[in-house]
Amino acid sequence: MNTSALIMMVTTQVLVAFLMGFFFYKVLRAPKREEPDSYSENDDD
Amino acid sequence: MAKEASSGWGSRVGLILAMAGNAVGLGNFLRFPVQAVENGGGAFIIPYLVCFLLMGIPLLWVEWATGRFGGIRGNHSTPFIFDSMNKKKVWKYIGVFGIFTNIAVASYYCYIESWTMSYVYHTLIGTFDGMSQQQVSDFFNSYTDIGSTFSGIPYEAVVFYIVCLALNTWILSKGLGGVEKVAKVGVPLLLIFGAFLAVKGLTLGTSGASPAVPDANALDGINFLWTPQFSSLLDLKVWLAAAGQIFFTLSLGMGTIHCYASYLKEKDDVALNSLSAGFTNEFVEVVLGSLIVVPIAAGYLGLDWVINNAGFGMAFQTMPYLFDKWGDVVGTLSGVFWFGLLFFAGITSSLAMGTPWMGFMQDEFGWGKKKGAWTFGLIVLILGLPTVFFYNEGVFDEYDYWAGTVSLVVFALAEIVLFAWVFGITKGWDQINAGADISLPKIYKPILKYITPTILIIVFLGALITPKGNDWEKALTEKWELDNGSILAKLTNSDIVVNKEFFSNHKEYDQPGGIVDTIIHDEEKKVHILKVKDKVRFYRNEQGEAKEAKKEAILSNLGKNYVFFDSVAVCREYKIKWKNKIVVKKGDELKLGSTIATGKFTNKSLYITIGRLLLLGLFIFICILVYRAGRKKTTT
Repeated sequence: MNTSALIMMVTTQVLVAFLMGFFFYKVLRAPKREEPDSYSENDDD
Repeated sequence: MAKEASSGWGSRVGLILAMAGNAVGLGNFLRFPVQAVENGGGAFIIPYLVCFLLMGIPLLWVEWATGRFGGIRGNHSTPFIFDSMNKKKVWKYIGVFGIFTNIAVASYYCYIESWTMSYVYHTLIGTFDGMSQQQVSDFFNSYTDIGSTFSGIPYEAVVFYIVCLALNTWILSKGLGGVEKVAKVGVPLLLIFGAFLAVKGLTLGTSGASPAVPDANALDGINFLWTPQFSSLLDLKVWLAAAGQIFFTLSLGMGTIHCYASYLKEKDDVALNSLSAGFTNEFVEVVLGSLIVVPIAAGYLGLDWVINNAGFGMAFQTMPYLFDKWGDVVGTLSGVFWFGLLFFAGITSSLAMGTPWMGFMQDEFGWGKKKGAWTFGLIVLILGLPTVFFYNEGVFDEYDYWAGTVSLVVFALAEIVLFAWVFGITKGWDQINAGADISLPKIYKPILKYITPTILIIVFLGALITPKGNDWEKALTEKWELDNGSILAKLTNSDIVVNKEFFSNHKEYDQPGGIVDTIIHDEEKKVHILKVKDKVRFYRNEQGEAKEAKKEAILSNLGKNYVFFDSVAVCREYKIKWKNKIVVKKGDELKLGSTIATGKFTNKSLYITIGRLLLLGLFIFICILVYRAGRKKTTT
């Protein structure tokens, strides 16, 4: 592979993968909302 | 659906995966690499990412926020979501696009999805084992020519289509819970399958080289995809292609995102959710999508072949042949993974297309999930069967053009105007930020108001008056001739230059020129075959072999000293039914419009018109429903 292609590919793919991971991490770490929220799985029985 | 107690999303991750599944489609693996190949390789990624930041992300926020805004007010489809933002009637009817597009696209999208199901089946039973590249390609052509069968099932393509549609309908009848379950299984599986194939693509190297293609190297494909050719950044065509790709890949302008987001409550986040779903789609496209088709094909068939043949057909007409080279077990596994990931990419998108109709009928006419789902299936079946039966006559392409391309741009342009200018950017920005789990850069406020609409206007104008061959430089400096693919050319039917009548007693030649080369009368297959020769562009590769240069401009940019030249070769083959008569003989010179056969002919123009009338009928039908729903609301 040539250097410019390698730099372009690695930079773009790492950036995209990092941002995807970062946003998912933020979603998983976000504090739960008070009930009732939009999601049924965490509803009280 | 929200009116039923069981409606709504099970979990936040489930919602994000469903949204990501909606966005991730066949285009991530097939359209993106082809667009990159055709638009400057690595340089394409720069306008692509710029468009993602300036158009993709803002529109994602707009659609999520708009959907939640309407949902809180009891509306789960775009006609009345838009109505809740502005009471002028025009918005309600523009919202019709958000139901129309989904039904129309689902009708042909399910057909592609059914191919993936069928190809999984054929991979498992070993249909492609030992087939040559030509045989695999012919398999696809015969498959879409629905009279053929390979598994003993009569009308196999139709059967698979109906099974695929029935599966979609059944899942939809379970409501959002069913959609979410499929996304929770389908998206992770898709990522695993994609990762397996991407590793294969990345590590294939020169191991696929053969005496026929000694210089084949998968890394050439990766090199070509990622080497920046900065000169292409000044080409408007590349920017339009990048904007178009962002549009399709994120499923913007369809109405599905609005519908999914309409089941959120006011205090729930849309800003971070939309970024998570959007970047998941980008991961699948940029990371996985770029490492599968192009490198694997380049690894066996060479980069020149990829450049000349890059297109949608590679997925079905080339990949099974290449997988077969990996041996029985890995080859079969790879085939199942490839068509399996395309199937999951497809079904998570087609399921999303059913929800706006169901939401609308439930909100306005009190229909239940089952009734909504099965009527959706029925309408899609009625609209979709012509695309199956007349695939080769252009109905499929006509649907894709009007519903899958033009409608999206029109709808997105309208929604950004509504959101940023009519509803107002201040209120709009507050909506995006309400309940947000992330602080958004304020720079996006002016971007939403000015930049995103401007890009959309340019994209729309670019599609409306596309110059011939998409050559903007020539059009701007010399004469502006419309391309046959432009909206204006399509609207005025100027793309149909010969065989204009629906039925005719003669068949006209549809190429600029040519000489009759061969005439075969195949009594067994009851068909006459006419082959016409014409000047074809060739190039000589590094081994000194002459190869057809289908995409000369891209080959010229490779930096190799190719010599291009014209030679005469068979460029067109016509199959004429046995009852009709070929009226030309070997050596005859043909011009555009020359009569080549007489008898009874049904021309493509009829099928194209039928396709357009069906789409128009669907649009009017939904308008009537919206009108009736509006009347019902005012009287109650």
